[in-house]
Amino acid sequence: MSTITLPEKVEMKKTREGFGRALVDLGEKDPRIVVLVGDLSESTMVHWFAEKFPDRFIQVGIAEQNMTCIAAGLAAMGKIPFFATYGAFASCRAADQIRVTVAYTNLPVKIGGAHGGISVGPDGATHQAMEEIAIIRSIPNMSMIVPCDFWETYKATFAAAAHPGPVYIRFGREDVPVVTDKDTPFTFGKGEIFAEGSDLTIIACGVMVYEALRAREQLADRGIRARVVDLHTVKPIDRALIERCARETGAIVTAEEHQVNGGLGGAVAEVVVQTGPVPMELVAVHDRFGQSGKPSELMDAFGLRAKDIVAAGEKVVARKRK
Amino acid sequence: MSPIQLSSAELEAAHRSGRLDWSVEQLQAKVLEIRRDIITVLAKSQTGHSGGPLSCADFGTVLFFHELNIDPHNPKWPERDFWHFSIGHVTPVIYSLMAERGYFPLRDLMKFRAFDGHCQGHPSAHDTPGIEVSAGSLGQGLSVCCGVAKAAKIDNHPRRVYCVMGDGEQQEGQIWEASMFAAHYELDNLCGIIDYNRKQIDGDVEAIMGIAPLADKWRSFGWHVIECKGHDVPDILRAFAEARAHKGQPSVILAHTVMGNSVSYMADDYRWHGKPPKPAEAEQALQELGTSYAEWSERLLNH
Repeated sequence: MSTITLPEKVEMKKTREGFGRALVDLGEKDPRIVVLVGDLSESTMVHWFAEKFPDRFIQVGIAEQNMTCIAAGLAAMGKIPFFATYGAFASCRAADQIRVTVAYTNLPVKIGGAHGGISVGPDGATHQAMEEIAIIRSIPNMSMIVPCDFWETYKATFAAAAHPGPVYIRFGREDVPVVTDKDTPFTFGKGEIFAEGSDLTIIACGVMVYEALRAREQLADRGIRARVVDLHTVKPIDRALIERCARETGAIVTAEEHQVNGGLGGAVAEVVVQTGPVPMELVAVHDRFGQSGKPSELMDAFGLRAKDIVAAGEKVVARKRK
Repeated sequence: MSPIQLSSAELEAAHRSGRLDWSVEQLQAKVLEIRRDIITVLAKSQTGHSGGPLSCADFGTVLFFHELNIDPHNPKWPERDFWHFSIGHVTPVIYSLMAERGYFPLRDLMKFRAFDGHCQGHPSAHDTPGIEVSAGSLGQGLSVCCGVAKAAKIDNHPRRVYCVMGDGEQQEGQIWEASMFAAHYELDNLCGIIDYNRKQIDGDVEAIMGIAPLADKWRSFGWHVIECKGHDVPDILRAFAEARAHKGQPSVILAHTVMGNSVSYMADDYRWHGKPPKPAEAEQALQELGTSYAEWSERLLNH
């Protein structure tokens, strides 16, 4: 485990930049890496790879279903294809292609789904992907990583390349706090305890890991000691760690920038109810579409802030003590 | 109908690696065997599709026994050509071609769609050796083949790529996304084959959702279009040769076929798209094909 204490002012950086940088470094190391994009080179940050390795970069145009299956064909011939588009299109529009061609065949296609979450902001509901975890984790053979910041996205991209099967990586649009560094441990399929505590465990993914760490500070002021787990790999899920946290802390709050139906909270609950039920509260988007607005306004309005995790934490601890 | 009988030496030779380059007579004899396989398999399983497999039988046989450079005993042979049926539902013809070519024993065909067999209702890479990419949801296969063809271009590999599509499948939008991609990247190592039997589940293609003028559509998308008589082996050979020779553009062969071809009561009848013949119907079909269920199932089970 690594103990993460946040400074007053945290460096801000885009997660998708970690994806773009990692692709260039992977491209140097492994000639099998190819990158496809659906007319979104700069916003998915694969343009650096395109400049460096033009022969291994494939512009597909606005055709996500086609791109998904082209990636499958490349993978069938021994390439390690990464394709990038917005999460709404990758997970929903190409869901059938992912299910039948990619996952059923179990080809090592790596999907970079940008612009996940309400924090996408002014583009509004159509572009705020908030269903990817539910869709992707329901498909056999698929793996999914929801990294929390720049460095974790960088490491997740390397982990995805090394994994023999298909992997979906979800990242957001905005600059988000950098809570890890180059040396923070990262193991595919294993959650990471970022801070210790004994009264409850906050299990979070994506940008909500930062909110969870802030929530822990606020809960401490109220005499509640919260453990924080970064569950970056949503599938395969770290059952042993979840079971241990439930046993050791007796209460769980999950936090995700995603629909509550079938998301991280649901995935954690599936483990908890089968291994040793404890009270749980789920901080997520509650079955509604997003809307336009500033990212910060939307995070507040949709209840995805540290204060919301604090409220959930107090509630779950009260339930536990009843 | 009395084509030449293939000798046991020829059956053996059918399993060897590389391009077989079989003669017209040998291919015609193999087409008949494939048709018998299809009916026998469906008679046994009592589930599956009849019409499409029979319309694909001729060009499928030319593809497997003349055109493709493959090694059935080493399906991932690095030098191989790549073949893919985007119309996954025609498994009776796919598995018959594979077994006759030597990918797996003929007896496996008798467990088509069965719980204890590997021949899934739609092709599964997880279950059947030689199926490289699973299929079953229409419209996806040409994109897969674009990826394979593009990989060969990146690697400067001489691999040729063959994709079998349906005519009803042309109604799927993804086909045209893939069509644009292949022309844009000048994938002249890619050859599409459309089983143009003019029927789909609900009836006549032109009545359900018209696709004509299909040749003009493909031409306008930047492809080299070749039309052929889909049940005429010499004409199919001509079409494949022309596709192989054409450079700078992908080629598509519109194979004009008849759904359920060679079985009198199935021919050109859309109602045979998705159902198998009942045992008595199968017996009649096999008689028309010069054999019987007893004789042909015996042949399959003992190999």
